[in-house]
Formats: sequence, C-alpha cells, structure tokens
Amino acid sequence: MPLTLRTLLLHHLSALRMLLVLTVITGICYPLLITGIAQAAFPSQANGSLIGGNGGATGSRLIGQDFDLPKREGRPGGPDPKWFQPRPSAAGSAGYDPTSSGASNLGPDNPVLIRMIEERRAAVAAFDGVRPSGVPVDALTASGSGLDPHISRAYANQQVNRVARVRGLHPATVRKLVADHVEGRVGGFLGHGDVVNVVELNRDVAGVA
Amino acid sequence: MNDTLAGWLQILALVVALALSFRPLGDYMAYVLTSPRHWRLERLLYRLGGVSGDADQTWTAFLRSVLAFSLVSVLFLYGFLRLQNHFLLALGTPAMDADQSFNTAVSFVTNTNWQSYSGESALGHLVQMAGLAVQNFVSAAVGIAVVAALIRGFTRQKTDRVGNFWVDLTRIVLRVLLPLCAVFAIVLVASGVVQNFHGFHTVGTLSGSTQSIPGGPVASQEVIKELGTNGGGFYNANSAHPFENPNGFTNWLEIYLLLVIAVSLPRTFGTMVGDRRQGYAIVGVMALIWAASVAVVTANELHSVSSTAGHTAGGMMEGKENRFGIWSSALFAVSTTLTSCGAVNSFHDSYTPGGGGMTIFNMMLGEIAPGGTGSGLYGILVLAVVAVFVAGLMVGRTPEYLGKKLRGRQMKFASLYILTTPAVVLTGAGIAMALPGERAAMLNPGPHGFSEVLYAFTSAANNNGSAFAGLSANTAWYNTALGLAMLVGRFLPVVFILALAGSLAAEQPVPVNAGTLPTHRLLFVGLLTGVILIVVGLTYFPALALGPLAEGLR
Repeated sequence: MPLTLRTLLLHHLSALRMLLVLTVITGICYPLLITGIAQAAFPSQANGSLIGGNGGATGSRLIGQDFDLPKREGRPGGPDPKWFQPRPSAAGSAGYDPTSSGASNLGPDNPVLIRMIEERRAAVAAFDGVRPSGVPVDALTASGSGLDPHISRAYANQQVNRVARVRGLHPATVRKLVADHVEGRVGGFLGHGDVVNVVELNRDVAGVA
Repeated sequence: MNDTLAGWLQILALVVALALSFRPLGDYMAYVLTSPRHWRLERLLYRLGGVSGDADQTWTAFLRSVLAFSLVSVLFLYGFLRLQNHFLLALGTPAMDADQSFNTAVSFVTNTNWQSYSGESALGHLVQMAGLAVQNFVSAAVGIAVVAALIRGFTRQKTDRVGNFWVDLTRIVLRVLLPLCAVFAIVLVASGVVQNFHGFHTVGTLSGSTQSIPGGPVASQEVIKELGTNGGGFYNANSAHPFENPNGFTNWLEIYLLLVIAVSLPRTFGTMVGDRRQGYAIVGVMALIWAASVAVVTANELHSVSSTAGHTAGGMMEGKENRFGIWSSALFAVSTTLTSCGAVNSFHDSYTPGGGGMTIFNMMLGEIAPGGTGSGLYGILVLAVVAVFVAGLMVGRTPEYLGKKLRGRQMKFASLYILTTPAVVLTGAGIAMALPGERAAMLNPGPHGFSEVLYAFTSAANNNGSAFAGLSANTAWYNTALGLAMLVGRFLPVVFILALAGSLAAEQPVPVNAGTLPTHRLLFVGLLTGVILIVVGLTYFPALALGPLAEGLR
C-alpha cells in the first residue's frame, strides 16, 4: 500500500479507534468492576480503614496524624505532651498533610538535614526527659510519605513516662498499652516489625484516661 | 526473628515465587503470542478498531502501527489532561498546564511514568483511571509486542513478516494483564489499599485538629502500575503512601508484581525459539546483576557511615517508612530501578551515596535485569548480540546467535540501540548543568545536586520514571527536555529493534557447527554479564565520578 496522506490518516484513525476501545475496557469497565467487588467484599479497607466512634471518623489507621497543641496566633503549637508523638513529617508545611504527601528529599550529606537531625535530637530528648544519645533514629528522620502511622517500639517506650505523667496515669498501664500495640512483621518476615501504630495507640490511651 | 534473617527470608521468598511463576507465565505468554486462534471478543475489537487481525505485518508496517498508536495516545492523553477540569470526578482540580501535560502524556505513553505533578492535588479520578492507567496497560503491552517481533525475527526464515502489532497488543492486554490485575487488585484491597471514588474526606483528628483523607480508585491502578513496570503513583508519595502500600505484605507483593513479567519473558523467549536453555542463560544474567545490586544497596543502607546525616541520626531512615525499614526499602529500590518501573517505597534522594548511586547505575544498565515489560528482554537480547559479536571478533569468524548470522547490518542496528540512551542522558544532563536557571532546580548542594540532574535524565531516557525527587522538575524547561528524552529514549530504540527483527527474519538460518559459540552455557552468562558491565561502565564512568562517586569518596 503506497504511503499517501489518505492512508496515513486512515491508519491513525484506526489507531485512535483501538485506543478508545481499549480505554473503555481497561479505563472504565475494569476499575468499575474492581470498585464494585471491593465495596461489596472489603468496604472498610476500600474506604480507607477509617477509625472512630459514633461521633464520626477521627482518621485512618493507615494515615499518621500530628498530635500538636492548637495553633496560637497562626504559629504551630508544638508537640502536645499528652499524646504519643509521631515521626517528623515532610508532608505539607505543618506535616501529616495528606493533600501533600512526600519526603524531605534532603541528601545524605546535606548540612540542612544534619542540622535538623541535631535539633530534633535535642528537642525530643528534652521533651521526653531522656539522654540525647538514646533517641531512636525514627524520631529524628522524616518518612517517605510524610504520613507514616508507625513509630518504633523504642520511640514509643521512650514516651511512656511523659504521657503517663501528663495524663495522671500509672506508667505501667501506659507501658502495657504500648506493648499491646506492638506489631510484628506480616507472616513473621515481611516488612519491618517492632513498630507501634501511633494513631491507634493514642486512640486507646485517650480511651483509658 | 532478627532483621537480618527476616530480610534474607523475604528475598528468598521473592526468588522462590518468581521461580514458580517463571514456567507457567512464560509458557502462557508464548502461547498467547503464537496461538493462531482469536477470541470472539478480540475479533469484535479488531472490527471496532478497523484493523486486520489476520495478516502478519512487515517490520515497517509493524513499526508504523506502534508509532501511530503511540502518537494518538500522546495526543489523546494531552487533550484529556488539558481539559480534565471539565470531566466527571475532577474534584476541583484545574486543567494541567501545556508543558506539564506534554511531559505527563509522553511519560505515560513511553512506559516511563516520570511525574512532575503531585497526584493528590493535580489530578481528578477520571483522568487517572481512564487516561493514565489505560496507558499503564497499553504501553506495557507495546513493549511485549515489540520483543515478540524481535523473537519472531530469530525464529522465522526468509520472510519479511514479524507479526501483527494489533493482535499482540490486544492479546497481551486482554489475556495477560487484565486477568492478573483483577486478581491482585482485590488482594491489595483486602490488605488495605483503597478503592473508591471519594474526594478528600475531612475528619476531626484525635488532637482536635482536622485532616483531609484522600480517596480514589487506587488498587486497580496500583496493580497495573507494578505489573506493567510503569511506576506512576496515584499519590505523590507513590508506594511509600500507606493507601498505596499499607504493610509488609503488600510491599512484597508489589515487588513481585513489578518483576514477574520481565522475569518470565526469557522463558517465553526460550519456548518460542525452541530452545529453553537460551532463556535460562538470559534470566541467569538478569538474576546475577539483580542479586549483586540488592547486596550493594542493602549493605550501604544498613551501614550509615558513608552518610554524615545517617551517621548523625544513627541510621538511614530519612525518606523511609517504619513499616518497611531498611531491608524492604532497599529491595524495592533495586527492583524498581532494574526494571523500568520507577515506583518507589522510599525516597532515593536521601539514600547513602553508595545506595543512591547504585540506583542510578541500575538504570544506566539500560533496564535489562530484568528490565521493563518487553523492553527489558529486547534490551538484553541486543546486548547478547553484541556479546556474541565480541566473541566472534576474538576467534575471527562471523558471529551467529540462535542460528542467524550477525552481519554488518544487524550490528549497526544493535550499536545504534546501545548508543541512543547514553547520548540522550549525557547531552541532557550536560545542557542542564550549563544553564544557571536549570542548575538552580537542584535541592541539595554539592555533587549530590549534580546526581539529582543525572538521575533525572537517566530515569527519563531509560523510561524508568523514579527520581531524586528533590529536583524541582516542574518547569517549562525540564518538562520539555525530559519529555523529549523519554520520547527519544523509547521510540528510537524501538525503531532499531524492529529493523533488527526485520533483517533477521529475512535471513536463512545456518546450521550449528563446532565453531558456533554455545549461548546457553555458563561461559556465555559470564561473557554477557561482562559485556554489559564494560559497555555501561565505560559509557557512564565520568558522569558517575562527578556525582555519586565524588559524594562517596569525600
């Protein structure tokens, strides 16, 4: 077939028709089918694993939250001592903003990152009343998503005395709650274990007090 | 169980799962690509599309179909993005700017999925599922169609026909990708990945503040994002986002999905050429490179001394999620950069110089171990042709591979293929570094800033799509330059592959004799691995020296 403008146009028209047909199948039918099955079989997961009581959802068990004091005159209130604190977050200007997920992207030798880590170490140690050298790494670094719902068991344990004191609870009660919330690896070996879901932990701490 | 044992077990489980899939999936794809029978649904599609499903095409006709389909795909997606605010489920997002729409359309059509936008704030649900995710399916199928044509070049003789693009495309989508996606999308949902059509849902948080929880048809897109080695995240944080990748199991499953087709295609190749040992040799080389890379990145990330920040913090957890830790993050990073996937579960920009540098080197290998869906196999087959040629030079006889003599014409196509992406990477990064405005897009100072630019062009030209994401790439210049890099990096090699396929198909096979280099033995595995490392090493050494090596050797 000679390559004339007409055959070229017809050829591209066919290509467009194939694209449209495949769009209907893979872009409309397939996601609708999956959504239908998901909503029927796994409605809780499909809708974001929301947690909360009768007063409506207080968040998702998968999405980390900030546990800060209320803003004062537009300035961030800083960490609230009655809550277990999550990791630092680079999502949005105030952190834990799901409309702006993401990481700091600061490089391995970036002086800005090194200074941030040093400042966080001093601040967290003072806040929790522990030695600076003992602060665990996840308390000093921002996660990839900025929405990490987990903290390490070590970081949770470090915060027990502070939370118990501010809430007027016995430290052993709070320590037991932390222990109950420690998650292992999936199937014993997938992912990283020894982590605590800080959203669920705080929900249950609030339930005790 | 300690970290090290769990880490090893996770890798072992992955290798076992891939090994178990290798035979059934590889043979099934070979059947799909060679079966003379059409499904009734497929015949209907050919009729609706106005294409012929019965006649095989010459390599030029095959190429014209690939290019026509890709061109209308770019234009369609570009228009969709420019007008997305007028459609259903736009969630109040505005139309995308012209340069970013060009970049994004090209990115998804070329199987790259470089993203200069942030999914949750820039796009509505409809354009994600009916625009971007469609390209996730079809761009993966295009890659497999092209490698199928190349394999037919080896198996056929004295013909000018290399297959029918429309048949390959349709069958790969309907018979391979869609069924696998439907099953694993449900598995992902059951494990916590969201699948709905909600917009942002505002909740009052425990501490009395508010938070906007996003929605979207994520699971259906997540699964093809991995399976088709596309890598474009529904949300900005990609597979680090808890709604895309909620736990250690989904993480492992996503790594499996992004590897499984590319790992099984050598079996398809072996089956189609009638000598499965040829496929084992190819997959052996892929596995060797992958294993070495996993070792390098994991070791670097576990030992934080090469990073001042990591040393200060006591570990390399910046940009990594607690539920994944070092082992699962490093395994994902290696697998995603050695395939052309580019999804990330942790942010490579904050990796150690050795770990992050290795992710760049992985992409520089040309996405061949195991590489993208289809593109990985055709990439490594070209290198196999070069390896056979090098061996032929050593003993002074005309090289042959799979019974086909490799003459000047074939070697020219193979050489052009190998030269294309390095030329794009080095020219692009060089120009960016020469322009003060473009240099200013770097987030990090010193050699790491250069690594960000080098990573961007390496990722674009090799159709990977991951990033050292500190680079502010949403500028008219980067959107245009990286868009062109993706186009050239995808389609020029496709031209050379199909030309090679056509020239091989036309040849008469030669019988094996005592002088033929056996290409299924360990000797060839070693030779091919050596050729790959030398070709890539020599091409990119100066660029790597200025970036990751300079960082690591302070």
